[in-house]
Amino acid sequence: MSNGGGSYNAQNDSRAGSTGEPDLGTEPTGGFFSADYKKHDDLKQMLDSNKDNLKLEAMKRIVGMVAKGKDASDLFAAVVKNVVSKNIEVKKLVYVYLVRYAEEQQDLALLSIATFQRALKDPNQLIRASALRVLSSIRVPVIVPIMMLALKDSVVDMSPYVRKTAAHAIPKLYSLDPEQKDQLIQVIEKLLADKTTLVVGSAVMAFEELCPDRVDLIHKNYRKLCNLLVDVEEWGQVVIINMLTRYARTQFLDPNQQDVIADEDKNFYGDEDEKDSEEEEEDEEKEKTPPKKPYMMDPDHRLLLRNTKPLLQSRNAAVVMAVAQLYHHIAPKSEVGLVAKALVRLLRSHREIQHVVLSNVATLTTIRKVRGMFEPYLKSFFVRPSDPIHVRTLKLEILTNLATETSISTILREFQTYVTSSDKDFVAATIQAIGRCASSISEVTETCLNGLVGLLSNRNEYVVAESVVVIKKLLQMQPDSHSEIIQHMAKLADTITVPMARASILWMVGEYSDRVPKIAPDLLRKMAKNFINEEDIVKLQILNLAAKLCITNPKQTKLLCQYVLNLAKYDQNYDIRDRARFIRQLVSPAGEKGALGKHAKKIFLASKPAPVLDSSFKDRDQWQLGSLSHMINQQASGYSPLPDFPAAAPDPTVRNVEVNPWEQVPMPWAEKTHKKKAGKPKKEAFYSDEEEESESESDSEESSSSSSESGSESESEDDSKSESGSDKDKKSDEEAESSSSSSSESESSSESESDSESESEPDTKPQKKAPPPKTKSSTKPKKEAKQEVSLLDLDDIDVSSTSAPVPAPASALDVLSPSLASDLQGLSINDKTDTAISVTTPMFVSTTSHELLHRMTGEGLSANYRFTRGTCIYSTSMVPVELTFTNHTDSPVSNIRIGDKKLQAGMTLQEFPEIPSLPGGGSMSVSIGIDFKDTIQPANFQICTQDRKYNVSIKPPVGELFQAVTMAEADFTAQQSKLTGMNENSGKVSIPSQHNNSKTITARMSELANVAPVPSSQDGIYRFAGKTVSGGTLLLITVKVGEDNSASITVNCELMAICSMLVKEVKQKLSLA
Amino acid sequence: MIHSLFMINSAGDIFMEKHWKSVISRSVCDYFFEEQQKANSPEDVNPVISTPHHYLIHIYRENIYFVAVCTTEVPPLFVIEFLHRVVDTFTDYFGDGGESAIKDNYVIVYELLEEMLDNGFPLATESNILKELIKPPNILRTVVNTVTGSSNLADTLPTGQLSNVPWRRAGVKYTNNEAYFDVIEEIDAIIDKQGSTVFADIQGVIDCCVKLSGMPDLTLSFMNPRILDDVSFHPCVRFKRWEAERVLSFVPPDGNFRLISYHVGSQNMVAIPVYVKPNISFREGGGRFDVTVGPKQTMGKMVESVVITCAMPKVVLNMNLTPTQGTYTFDPVAKVLTWDVGKINPQKLPNLRGNISLQSGSPPPESNPAISVQFKIQQMAVSGLKVNRLDMYGEVSKSSPKKSFTFEKYKPFKGVKYLTKAGNFQVRT
Repeated sequence: MSNGGGSYNAQNDSRAGSTGEPDLGTEPTGGFFSADYKKHDDLKQMLDSNKDNLKLEAMKRIVGMVAKGKDASDLFAAVVKNVVSKNIEVKKLVYVYLVRYAEEQQDLALLSIATFQRALKDPNQLIRASALRVLSSIRVPVIVPIMMLALKDSVVDMSPYVRKTAAHAIPKLYSLDPEQKDQLIQVIEKLLADKTTLVVGSAVMAFEELCPDRVDLIHKNYRKLCNLLVDVEEWGQVVIINMLTRYARTQFLDPNQQDVIADEDKNFYGDEDEKDSEEEEEDEEKEKTPPKKPYMMDPDHRLLLRNTKPLLQSRNAAVVMAVAQLYHHIAPKSEVGLVAKALVRLLRSHREIQHVVLSNVATLTTIRKVRGMFEPYLKSFFVRPSDPIHVRTLKLEILTNLATETSISTILREFQTYVTSSDKDFVAATIQAIGRCASSISEVTETCLNGLVGLLSNRNEYVVAESVVVIKKLLQMQPDSHSEIIQHMAKLADTITVPMARASILWMVGEYSDRVPKIAPDLLRKMAKNFINEEDIVKLQILNLAAKLCITNPKQTKLLCQYVLNLAKYDQNYDIRDRARFIRQLVSPAGEKGALGKHAKKIFLASKPAPVLDSSFKDRDQWQLGSLSHMINQQASGYSPLPDFPAAAPDPTVRNVEVNPWEQVPMPWAEKTHKKKAGKPKKEAFYSDEEEESESESDSEESSSSSSESGSESESEDDSKSESGSDKDKKSDEEAESSSSSSSESESSSESESDSESESEPDTKPQKKAPPPKTKSSTKPKKEAKQEVSLLDLDDIDVSSTSAPVPAPASALDVLSPSLASDLQGLSINDKTDTAISVTTPMFVSTTSHELLHRMTGEGLSANYRFTRGTCIYSTSMVPVELTFTNHTDSPVSNIRIGDKKLQAGMTLQEFPEIPSLPGGGSMSVSIGIDFKDTIQPANFQICTQDRKYNVSIKPPVGELFQAVTMAEADFTAQQSKLTGMNENSGKVSIPSQHNNSKTITARMSELANVAPVPSSQDGIYRFAGKTVSGGTLLLITVKVGEDNSASITVNCELMAICSMLVKEVKQKLSLA
Repeated sequence: MIHSLFMINSAGDIFMEKHWKSVISRSVCDYFFEEQQKANSPEDVNPVISTPHHYLIHIYRENIYFVAVCTTEVPPLFVIEFLHRVVDTFTDYFGDGGESAIKDNYVIVYELLEEMLDNGFPLATESNILKELIKPPNILRTVVNTVTGSSNLADTLPTGQLSNVPWRRAGVKYTNNEAYFDVIEEIDAIIDKQGSTVFADIQGVIDCCVKLSGMPDLTLSFMNPRILDDVSFHPCVRFKRWEAERVLSFVPPDGNFRLISYHVGSQNMVAIPVYVKPNISFREGGGRFDVTVGPKQTMGKMVESVVITCAMPKVVLNMNLTPTQGTYTFDPVAKVLTWDVGKINPQKLPNLRGNISLQSGSPPPESNPAISVQFKIQQMAVSGLKVNRLDMYGEVSKSSPKKSFTFEKYKPFKGVKYLTKAGNFQVRT
């Protein structure tokens, strides 16, 4: 990469200081390229060359330009051509470029679309995923329909990775065309039902971006999300937890409502919230006519809290914070304490994380009831010299909030050391903090005041000034018996220059002039002398002081006051002029004593309420903890406030998941309770939902849900572990749910609610009266079992025993043993096909066999193979092949078996059981299965006998890669319309007149390929359908016979190679005389 | 979520930008520069800045500001944590995450950024996975690539992304199988003038270097797991097992990773291994400086690599000192005194003493500067944590479809190392 680096730096040097301007070509420097035009020509040439090296180099330099934020858009045409490049790295860089510039050059960008469409069908899941990613990232509105199609296909892709990418594509598509929202929500619904941990996080992310208010989509998936949560990747966890917090706020009762009622001393939520909660309380009281029903936590609520708790130990600060806010917002107050430890742990992390965590802790500590949880960690908030200023201030804030009678001495001692710091701002903040401690804890007010007075003799002026301001506030609270402090401060007025402090002193002297009757007039005199040089804020206070003294002590100060007022009259600042005019009218009216003048004393010397020194984080608890809005203390765009808990719990049964959709009876409560979903049929069961196909909109699959599940498992080529893992989850889920649902079903529907409540008891209040023993025993162990499973991420490794793990049973999924296969044969339905399309028996089975091993080469042993066109007994993705061995010698051949296999990547071959012995002259048939992966690549392998090995190869005719399927004509045309463009191939042929009849054409077609005719309503149009054995890709053949014996053949299939080959073969076959 | 990312160096140049959604003009960074102007030091810039249309969230690492631009509500920690993960990945790939490393490898950087976020949402952040998608650079490969024209990109799939063990790549093969565990504990402490402890706690981590073939399943147990009551885990650790049995059971990622980090709170008594006896005094025009370091509770181990730093007040002009051992430097610009002591010999305590000269005319500082101490103690974990044993349950590998599973048996080399060092160890004077 060093060569690439060179060019980046070269550009950097030559363009230094001229960022952002496109026409920099005139700059004289530049080692490698001097002018822009020339440079781009040079790059274009490199891109047009046929050497990957040069292309790569050019792309690297272009990406360098993109990275620097330079305009490289004029290269678009040259770059976009290379999207077809075979070199992965070139391709990737082209993608980077495309995503950056496609928006600006929409027409040219369209040229690349075909490539992505093709890549979307690639067998490699990574290529499919990256194609979808880039396609959806190109912000060109024209392609919205194409994106939509690609998205819908990808949502049902077998690879979870592709499905994850599809989830990411949803918000992109939405931002491009918001009108697609309804369709996209349907897609999200499908993705939410996904059980793969890889997918759910992204699905919820899409949900949050598009339709965070569609709570109804979550109900069915709620328990699954809770159970999967631990295993989801970190970023998904954050999103899911945030979503579930909101969900819980809408669906569960406030776990703290009891406290609110019980709490007599009130002030629970702080002043503002108190009103709300009281109102709430009243409302509740009104609504709940059977009053004081003891609160019981919904088991689902408990489930959420229980399953998020371990995440407090995540290494990811965002996850910890998410859990903390979840606990803060929805957990009973007694349990919130858990999060303190985790939050404090985060304080060791990077400074930015500290900052965010501290500001959240600061908010928490303003809430009196939860403050206690941080007290044990008081010392963790001590300031260190290395902390940046914003962290220090936050720590001070927290320390101040945490100060109590017991801890105040520690905190004050700590503050003392902070005051000596060299950072002025920090010292000022510390003094403020001391002031707040003093005002909130009356025991220490005196101590603090003395300490602050001590600071007045500090050499640092800022310290003194800040102390003055704080002392002023404190004195205001208890002005008695502090005249010496006031005197002391009045003296300071000579030396101190900080305006705020001067203003404070003046105010104080004026306010308490009766305590310092001798000093006050003198101070005014001094100030009057220097009036014109003072700051505005000081001038205002001088006016105030003058007015107050004039009222209390007119003898000495009347003239001074006049003087000051006159000075102020001509001041530059209109505020001061106004004030002067106002005061003049009150204090020394020109004419007879004004009506107001009588009350001047009351006006100026009314007793003023002491200021309340409150935390600046006081009002921040209106925001959701951990949110951006909380951080900046203003509403960020896209922030939706957390809803309040509902007064009455919505029906908890909406979260029940039906396990047996086919046994399902319409339950009365289900319709009654769920308002939003009322219109929808209750049919959307959990499992059938997941397996639902994109193409078939009808949910007619209920009966096949279990079978298609097993089908998808055997199909999945990727890791069997995740399948088995999720499978176990599924099963335990099933168990748990079936137990609860069966119990509720057995009882009458009205009782089901109370039943579920009694279930919650063992969780929430185990010491309380014993619930009905039946429910307890049936639910509890199962719950435990369920949790256990969900937390073990590698189920197939036996963790509890120390012995070596048992080979995973999942191995059986890939290739089934023959005995099992026959049992499962009926069950496995390929999930790629539509429900309307079903595999049928072949129309024609050829009896001709092909030679595999000639008897000369085989030294007397010959082998033939034949495609039986049935369903392979080993695996549904295999083409069954019958091998017939014949022994042409006299002596028996023993141990006939398959030896080494040299298969193409991805292909698999299931061998036959070894033939122990084949007698002389005898023959024997065995069957093998080959998964050709839908290519006509030959399968090469060896046939071994006891002492010899023969290399043989089976090359499938293209027609044998299919399975005949039946479908309705309408389906056929619908499917055909989806497979246009690159996926369609056609040709013309003339059919000999004697063969131009339906019978021959059908026969010949079924001879050629394993397809089944589709009933046709039109004469002269013959349709045949099949699907590939391995991938399940549809194949549609249409033969249109014209009048003059000419026929046009159309073949539609996603596999383009097969398409063209078939057209050729059909032509040959039909034109046979 | 994350809309764009700008990287800004200390000179204020935006040297790289990346957009995951539509392009945001780099002029948005002006708001950031405005904030930066206000701050006294680079660390002081508020990490979350709100502008009229965008929200800027940044981290400052390796002398670079990584500024993420968001347009909507997003948990700030989410962004910050992610940005740190990005820098970690750079460090992992290039050895350091500094500006020159990023510029030298800008293509890889760009590819990484492309892979790590999709539409602003994190996609692949596990280093094991990323390394399979994009090979880290090394000199040999650079040479090979230039000669053969092959690429840095893997053309095979990263299997981990698709499996249930998303942090580990598949098909790992080593000739020497080894697993090393470093138990590293840092003492954070504030010691007051009198030498008593104001506050002390221990931050520990277990860093691993695991190079084992196949898919090993490891179990690490401790003699005294009770110490670990505040722990955070790498996602590979099975939490349930820890809860029940207090053993760490996990399938490790390949290579270097942090298994757990833990915190031993101030509730437990923390043994402070060193003491510092400072004696600093200022008077008009000058002052005395006299500091002695000595071992305290070291459990018989040697205290090594002791470094004492002291940020002197601004009025200090120069210092003229004599150490009894080690060397000292005084940076007259930053006013930082650094004394590299080395090992502490209990028989002959290291001492540094001498005179301070102040700027003439300025009053002597009121307070004494705090001293921060660095040290290392090998083969000791100050919390007393001890690894009991490491068990490995062999690995299952697919070798031939006929006998589909065989056990790959190997005896790995296992090693545990303990280290105690000073974290934020501060002595007030």
